[in-house]
Amino acid sequence: MWRLLRARLRQGHQTTRGLPDRVALPPPFRGRPTLEASRCRDGCRACEQACPTNAITRAPLQIDLGACLFCTLCQEACPEQAIVYGTDHRLAVRARAHLLVSEGEARLAGALDRTMQRVLGHSLKLRQVSAGGCSGCEAELTATGNVVFDLSRFGIQFVASPRHADGLVITGPVTRNMERALRETYAAVPAPKIVVAVGACAIRGGPFAGAAASHDGIPEDIPVDLYVPGCPPHPLTILDGLLRLLGRVEGSAPSS
Amino acid sequence: MAELMGQNPGSMGSESARHVVWSKNGVPLERDELSRLPPLSFQRACSELCASGGRLSALCALPARSPGVSEVLAVLADDARSRIGLLCMELPQTRSYPALTTALPQAQAFERELFEEHGIHPLGHPWLKPLRLHADLAPQSEGAGARARPHPFFEVAGPSIHEVAVGPVHAGIIEPGHFRFQCHGEIVRHLEIQLGYQHRGAASLFLQSSPARRLVVAESIAGDTAVGHALAYCKAIEALAGLEVPLYAQAVRGIALELERVANHVGDLGALCNDVGYLPGASWFGRLRGEFLNLLMELCGNRFGRSLLKPGGVRFGFTSEKRKAFLERLASAEDDLKEIAELAFDTPAICSRFEHTGVVTHEVAQALGLVGPCARASACDRDVRRDHPFGIYRFVHIPVALVDSGDVMARALVRWLETQRSITFLREQLTELPEVALSVDSAPLRPERIVVSMVEGWRGEVLHLATTSREGALAGYKIVDPSFHNWFGLAIALRGNQISDFPLCNKSFNLSYAGHDL
Repeated sequence: MWRLLRARLRQGHQTTRGLPDRVALPPPFRGRPTLEASRCRDGCRACEQACPTNAITRAPLQIDLGACLFCTLCQEACPEQAIVYGTDHRLAVRARAHLLVSEGEARLAGALDRTMQRVLGHSLKLRQVSAGGCSGCEAELTATGNVVFDLSRFGIQFVASPRHADGLVITGPVTRNMERALRETYAAVPAPKIVVAVGACAIRGGPFAGAAASHDGIPEDIPVDLYVPGCPPHPLTILDGLLRLLGRVEGSAPSS
Repeated sequence: MAELMGQNPGSMGSESARHVVWSKNGVPLERDELSRLPPLSFQRACSELCASGGRLSALCALPARSPGVSEVLAVLADDARSRIGLLCMELPQTRSYPALTTALPQAQAFERELFEEHGIHPLGHPWLKPLRLHADLAPQSEGAGARARPHPFFEVAGPSIHEVAVGPVHAGIIEPGHFRFQCHGEIVRHLEIQLGYQHRGAASLFLQSSPARRLVVAESIAGDTAVGHALAYCKAIEALAGLEVPLYAQAVRGIALELERVANHVGDLGALCNDVGYLPGASWFGRLRGEFLNLLMELCGNRFGRSLLKPGGVRFGFTSEKRKAFLERLASAEDDLKEIAELAFDTPAICSRFEHTGVVTHEVAQALGLVGPCARASACDRDVRRDHPFGIYRFVHIPVALVDSGDVMARALVRWLETQRSITFLREQLTELPEVALSVDSAPLRPERIVVSMVEGWRGEVLHLATTSREGALAGYKIVDPSFHNWFGLAIALRGNQISDFPLCNKSFNLSYAGHDL
């Protein structure tokens, strides 16, 4: 008992202070890329060819963060530093189109409408469904609950049954063998409900886009309210996205 | 390597020794060196080799070289002699052969896979149930429609027997799988584990993909073993292309592999504490797991070590400041780990729940061909890092952790011992890291070769087997995640235990669903 208390005192407080958008991750963390199309050489397609998931298009230079694995092979391939990955971990958006980034300011997720904020804003219960996830995204979702990231301090919890949930967090490219279970779990969540897509697989198939036994992400008839890109996204990216969805974090000013 | 067999004839069965071709981890052979056996001799040779110290590391179909000829390859690891035996069977027109499983239980999942994917029929297999294709769930599953037929679960009969079905969607944040328990009161008499929900088609995707894509697929076979699978893939490609990886890159790969091991072992210790309600352990191990993931991130920018490796070497290295910072953080994490581990293993509540729970005896572990910490917890003395050394492990040895009680406590202790030994390895490597090149340039693959690439991932033996065509293209690629060997061990561990101990037993194995389902 005394040993335990002594150890507890020595361990101290380990939770990150403040809101997740204030925490700065050190390099070489691979977060949001910045693009400068004006640097591109005519006819150069080095970045496009280097990308393992066809996330890049040229003319205009654009990266689909929904497909991007943040491997930075495009940055390595570019002779002109037109693509540079930075350390900004805030990446979640509300609309699929907002994941297509080119030059200019990043668009980050906005809040749910007022009614949904009133219903879910103080207590959000989520059910997680892995539908072909490799356990990378699942591990980072689990990590959001540990003493460092501690998402329950914001009133967010993962629950055991879809019947207890306000929404689903879906990972994986959605294998054919999991499609029925995913649909049934979605149907079992009482309305109003939200869907959060976590990771490149759930958004556009990720490394498994085009694989024979799975879809390329969440089927279109399941509406997604929040897209969290990454392979896997950092726990802070997930936390930041959820808090933006609830209107607890706003604005796109750089972390201070 | 073929001449090696002549040097010690009879060491692994005189009859079989004539047909087996010996290789080593990451050493390619010409495909012509393999001699093709008829089914009965193949079956006998596999049994003999396994009876004299070998174990089945893989069993798979080889890509056809001429129309109408089908071959099945058995990869047999001879751990004591650091060599890998390859045995090849030529299938008759009926595409059937007498099943290995009847004499060699460790072949059961491999033979179900052969039947499901290639229609190769192992005659007399006791439980030829679909492994990954679910007829009732996904009638549109690729090919193999007729073989993906519904198959009942094993049932125990009796007036007081009841059945409990769990999954595929579970209560926690975890991958999907279905567990069917046959219970008598609280006691589990039989557990059948039906997987396949995670089947993405990784193996076929692998062959269709560009080299850059293959690497990211390899990293996603099991996301918590990204370094292990990436390393097995890189080693296979390097062997086929004849690349010599710089020592520095080998050391960085070793550091990444051990960081991955420590992170996962520490995370598992936390999860085990959580499952018996010991919350200080759950919190502190949980935080410390993150410390090791953060070290991987500070090495390469991703908490799981993704994109760190590439064929020919590594993409990221250490500066001397980073090395010093790593050493300091390692020391502090090690202190914290020791404190909480000593507390946890001293707690009566932990000991009483961990001990004698989910026992896998040494004999059963041997028969099932378990690998990794689950095997070492049942005193099966095997570790690819020592038995089939690769990369940095050819120069630096990490003592193998063995425990013999085969219960949850044994699997926890093996993890804790390995954690400490890996940290010692990390400290040594970080102190003496040579400064040389990160990588060498790639080269074309040599034609008509076959290579077995094995890595000791944190769950055990990660095996990639690659073959090239006459044109030097990748013709076949087989991936065996350690979970593939170990899932049946969990099913057996549950027999005679209370159903309420299932989460604890499951966590003590902590197997990959995606790695099994591919």
